[in-house]
Amino acid sequence: MSSSETSPILELREVTTHYGPIQVLKEVNVEIRAGEIVCLLGGNASGKTTTLKTILGYVEPTEGQVLLDGEAINGIATDDRVNKGISMVPENRRLFKRMTVMENLQLGAYLRRDKDEIGQDMERVFDLFPRVKERLSQRAGTLSGGEQQMVAVGRALMARPKVLLMDEPSMGLAPVLVAQNFEIIEQINEQGTAVFVVEQNANMALSIADRGYVLQTGRIVLADTAQGLLNNPQMRQAYLGEI
Amino acid sequence: MTELLAARQVKLGDAIKTGLVAGIVAIFVSAIGMVQRFDSRIIFSSVTFSYVLLIGIFAGSGYQAARPPLRLEGYEAPKAGVRNVLAGLLAGTAGGILLALFILVAGTANLRPIFPNISPELVEILAFGRELGLGATLAALAAAVLGLLGGALQLVPQRLKKAIGGTFLWIVLFALLRGVLAPVTRGLGITSLTDLLYERQGLSIAGLVAVAVVVFSSYFFLAGRVRAARGGLERLPENRRRIVVLAGLAVVTLFLGAIPQVVGVFLSEVLSAAGIFLLMALGLNIVVGFAGLLDLGYVAFFAVGAYTTAVLTSPISPRFTPELTFWAALPFVILTAAIAGIMVGTPVLRMRGDYLAIVTLGFGEIARLLFLSDWLEPTFGAARGIRRVPDIALGPIVMKGPQDYYYAILLFVLLAAYVSWALQESRIGRAWMAMREDESVAEAMGVNIVAAKLWAFVIGAIIASFGGALFATRIGSVFPQTFSVVVSVTILVLVIVGGLASIPGVMLGALALVALPELLREFEQFRFLIYGALLIFMMLKRPEGLIPSRRRTRELHEEEVEQDAWLKAEAAKQEAN
Repeated sequence: MSSSETSPILELREVTTHYGPIQVLKEVNVEIRAGEIVCLLGGNASGKTTTLKTILGYVEPTEGQVLLDGEAINGIATDDRVNKGISMVPENRRLFKRMTVMENLQLGAYLRRDKDEIGQDMERVFDLFPRVKERLSQRAGTLSGGEQQMVAVGRALMARPKVLLMDEPSMGLAPVLVAQNFEIIEQINEQGTAVFVVEQNANMALSIADRGYVLQTGRIVLADTAQGLLNNPQMRQAYLGEI
Repeated sequence: MTELLAARQVKLGDAIKTGLVAGIVAIFVSAIGMVQRFDSRIIFSSVTFSYVLLIGIFAGSGYQAARPPLRLEGYEAPKAGVRNVLAGLLAGTAGGILLALFILVAGTANLRPIFPNISPELVEILAFGRELGLGATLAALAAAVLGLLGGALQLVPQRLKKAIGGTFLWIVLFALLRGVLAPVTRGLGITSLTDLLYERQGLSIAGLVAVAVVVFSSYFFLAGRVRAARGGLERLPENRRRIVVLAGLAVVTLFLGAIPQVVGVFLSEVLSAAGIFLLMALGLNIVVGFAGLLDLGYVAFFAVGAYTTAVLTSPISPRFTPELTFWAALPFVILTAAIAGIMVGTPVLRMRGDYLAIVTLGFGEIARLLFLSDWLEPTFGAARGIRRVPDIALGPIVMKGPQDYYYAILLFVLLAAYVSWALQESRIGRAWMAMREDESVAEAMGVNIVAAKLWAFVIGAIIASFGGALFATRIGSVFPQTFSVVVSVTILVLVIVGGLASIPGVMLGALALVALPELLREFEQFRFLIYGALLIFMMLKRPEGLIPSRRRTRELHEEEVEQDAWLKAEAAKQEAN
């Protein structure tokens, strides 16, 4: 699927991010090309979530650039970035628990005004997750963890993103659901959306990804194809649970 | 299906505790002078309002003590029985004994140097005018019987329970609201109705029976019908429903328009005063109810509206005197209010919850102090304020007197209600809702948080400034002392008691909490005590308010659901052992 010829949809170029005086990301380079699934692996406090926050504009990089379709988006407000085609499934799903499933999905399309196409995308979400359609008028907080994950993904898709960011999709889900979840990611990807997955569960993420990056204390220490990373002895020892 | 555990029962120890609390409350309302103050208002025959208050306290404690515990998953549904009535009796007895002791102490020792309200007259009221020992015993017995009756109320079916409680409340209301009904019947030319209902003081026997029968039967027979009617309305096709709704609105408008002609000057005055608070409550509801931004300095915008109007319209405003008309000044009022909204909103953009509340509280005080300051004295007249704010004129018609002002205020209230309703259904309404739930995720959905917050502040500020403008012309002058933090708190109470984010709830809250104390002078002195007590009660027992918005109810009772799920597991564990 990956073709190194196409220019990246989303790119982090030499990004350094600080929280006050504390440096969290150091000269991070990441590329996500059209049609790819790219994963960012790393342990706790390695800077994974900060990377996503930098992409969405919750924090601004102190140096370096974030580029969407080759255009620098530094300094642009979060809602404009969403409008330009970045959408996220947050860690732990974070649905609007007290709103109905329908309202959650509608909020995903908050910035869009093309009513007809919103309807089409809604149908697309239902095709992907028939369960969601059955639960439309239910309060999101009453759904099971797996169903909530579906709504969270559906909500992000309603923005019709060019690139979908996923923060720890396996967190807090039963193993069966994790596997299901990754199948869904592949499915979404096959329909043409680039996906950037941030994960601790390296095995799972690499099994579906085209390429991967490994982040350690704010630095990219490894970057390779998924297969390459799976075969990398250093990687096997540190992240894939082999001794 | 697993066996259910035996139903949980009322704990009698807790019942005694409830009773003791009721006793303390009874002593408290006696010691602060409430009982004696309320004694001059007769409800029926020799039953005064102070007895009604005490009856409410003790019967209420019995009812509360006898309440079957919450049904949990894994347990059988509890059935009310003798044990519940016994709990009520115990609560009443415990409270009664406490009250009897108080009567004995207050009757023998002179407590007046410490509690000036504990007077011989108070003791006489509490002891039913009997000799001390007998009176105390009677009081204790009465409390016990009331507790028993309150407890027994738990045994009757829900519908009957509501009808009984409603009848009691309406009888009291009718007796209290004689002053409201009298001018209305006079205006309608049916004074014979009030003559029938009331004696020289309090309700007549015929009145009591009539009110009881009408209220009881309407509660009993209308129960469920109202909801059914609404359901029927919702099932109607779109165009027919619109016709019904429009017809309803027309009737309501006609009714509202006729009010001042019917009720006379005094009641119009009361309604105007309540109307200004209602207007501001609608505005604050947008900020707090819709957007979830707890603003404790809302009075600042009220002040800005009042002062802008005064400066621009009064012929003796100190610095410059454009002497605009009310309507010509209005665009400037809107503009200054919007600027004030942005000025308060911008620095607090990154604050949430408690911090936001504290900072806005500060802004409210700053506004008042600025208007009071020597620095701005040349413009705002400091403590002397600005006088001779002219009346509102519509062409050649000058609005004079409360009956005319009622219409001006009604106009703005309707406008604010419409704006609230439209906003709730709009895009920005959805953005507020999302923001209230989870700010950062809302942002990730593309909600512009800065804009959403500022819009809430600005729209809220503009509505409050209308309140201020109307206030200034109605009173004819503005003084900084008016704009104290108490105004902010009062408006917040109206919003919370009525029902956060619920437009009809806020309206009812404002009318009940502002108009009633105006009508019943004896309430005035205890106004904030009652607000405080009401606020605590509502937060504990009915956080969604009097008329809840559908969504808020979902939000506030969600925790209960989660708690239930948690207890289900606990029950299963218990069962396994």
